[in-house]
Amino acid sequence: MSRKKPRRRNNLGYYIKEGVSSIFTHGFMSFASVVIIIACLVIMGSFLLVALNVNDLVEDAEARNQVVAFIDDSLTEEEARGLEFQILATNNVYDATFVTRDEAFQAFVATHEEAELDNLDEEVFRHRFVIDLDNIAYMQVTLDRLLMIPGVDAVRADVAIADFFVSFRNVIVVVFIAIVGVLMLISVFIISNTIKLATFDRREEIAIMRMVGARNWFIRWPFIFQGFILGLTGAVVAFGIQWGMYGVLVDQIVRLSGGNMIQPVSFYEVANMMISIFMGTGFVVGTLGSAIAIRNYLKV
Amino acid sequence: MIIMKDVQKAYDNGTRALKGVNITIQDGEFAFLVGPSGSGKSTIIKLLTAEVAPTEGSVRVNGYLLDRIRNRKKSMMRRTLGVIFQDFRLIEKKSVYENVAFAMRVTGAREREIQKRVPYVLDLVGLNVDTDRRPDELSGGEQQRVAVARALVNNPSTIIADEPTGNLDPVRSLEIMMLLEKINELGTTVLVVTHERDLVDRFEKRVIALDNGRVISDGMRGYVIHEQEKATPTE
Ligand SMILES: Nc1ncnc2c1ncn2[C@@H]1O[C@H](COP(=O)(O)OP(=O)(O)O)[C@@H](O)[C@H]1O
Ligand SMILES: [Mg+2]
Repeated sequence: MSRKKPRRRNNLGYYIKEGVSSIFTHGFMSFASVVIIIACLVIMGSFLLVALNVNDLVEDAEARNQVVAFIDDSLTEEEARGLEFQILATNNVYDATFVTRDEAFQAFVATHEEAELDNLDEEVFRHRFVIDLDNIAYMQVTLDRLLMIPGVDAVRADVAIADFFVSFRNVIVVVFIAIVGVLMLISVFIISNTIKLATFDRREEIAIMRMVGARNWFIRWPFIFQGFILGLTGAVVAFGIQWGMYGVLVDQIVRLSGGNMIQPVSFYEVANMMISIFMGTGFVVGTLGSAIAIRNYLKV
Repeated sequence: MIIMKDVQKAYDNGTRALKGVNITIQDGEFAFLVGPSGSGKSTIIKLLTAEVAPTEGSVRVNGYLLDRIRNRKKSMMRRTLGVIFQDFRLIEKKSVYENVAFAMRVTGAREREIQKRVPYVLDLVGLNVDTDRRPDELSGGEQQRVAVARALVNNPSTIIADEPTGNLDPVRSLEIMMLLEKINELGTTVLVVTHERDLVDRFEKRVIALDNGRVISDGMRGYVIHEQEKATPTE
């Protein structure tokens, strides 16, 4: 029998419509999935904001954590100044400022009590470079390198403080990854179950679709859209909640600290990044959840 | 065209439903497939619709070899078939119109073609009800007409019906059989599974009789009366 081949038709509207209707058919499960995604994203977002603030602190510490390289007494001021090039060429050195022994003595005098200065000879002071680092995580290595420069006699730095900030940041990152990982797994699991339930509910309809010659993807797309829409809905709501929560929290911190101690990162600075991360995560979690649900289950 | 060659089918639990079946149905033919309950009739339907694969032998339907068919081809093959079941299998939450239109939508047909074709087939099957109604507001005979319309809507070359009159009274049953006969006269191959002997006897058609997984007779009005069915008549 001759058969006119039907022209291809754009099914996007159908897929979205079916996906949305499937969401409302399982109102409670859909609601639960969205709540889980929101919880996941808000916890993730909170950690991210903490991490961003800690990172800010570390950068502050980096700015304040200067390394001092003392120059050998036998070098003249001219010779000592000449070391600047070698010091700047050292890895991880961001900037170096030469301080003469005289300037160092004057600075010391300015900040210390008269009594302490009694037995102090200007000769005790040495020419020095005050050095800023790129990354305080590599402070110890950098110190070792600086010491290898001929003419550098000794170095001084607060490795302990640097280490503290760096390990604090590292711990936050590890905890962040672990928590986010677990939360994402839970979200994927819940979404995938919601969608499995939807496919189970519509199994007769799906059987009929198969019987009349639907392709695998024609059957699958509505469920992919279902997961996708759940994920994105969660992301948008979570972003709103995060925004509100952070605003309140920052207000409290600023008020308690009198407005000068701590300068939290402003939400507006990170809003674009946050919404992108939320949408991205919502998309991945939603789509992955539905993909898992239909992977082996929906075959023609 | 349907060609089953030395087909055996054993289910996962070990049940041997078919034990070497050979059936050829030419384009444009009308055939009844009869046999007692459990003889393997539905297994043949499931093989023809590629719901299950044969354990041995080969099955060819409208040019598609179904032994190890790929998903994409399976969908295309099914579009050459119209399948009708005893329990109608309509989607309860869709209207009569949507139930039929849906089958076209699945194949990627355009809305304009759908709007032209659906009323045409609903008319062809003799359904005179408001097509916005839901299937559960219709009588059994009307529901089966909707199912026939759905089977026809994609203009299949073959109609396969598994006990299409099993849930209908004798008058409606006869009407559905006559409808299938009319569809066959319009050029479509028709294979009807039934164990209602009275009905088969009213038509001068080819009858393939199955028992215990084997074809025991095949020919014009060649319906063999089984001991088992004498004891427990089905009507
Ligand atoms: N999915 C299945 N799994 C295991 N055994 C099955 C399955 N379907 C059918 N059978 C068995 O296969 C045999 C043939 O069944 P079927 O083809 O449904 O017969 P009919 O339609 O003629 O009543 C029966 O013994 C039945 O119990
Ligand atoms: Mg059966």
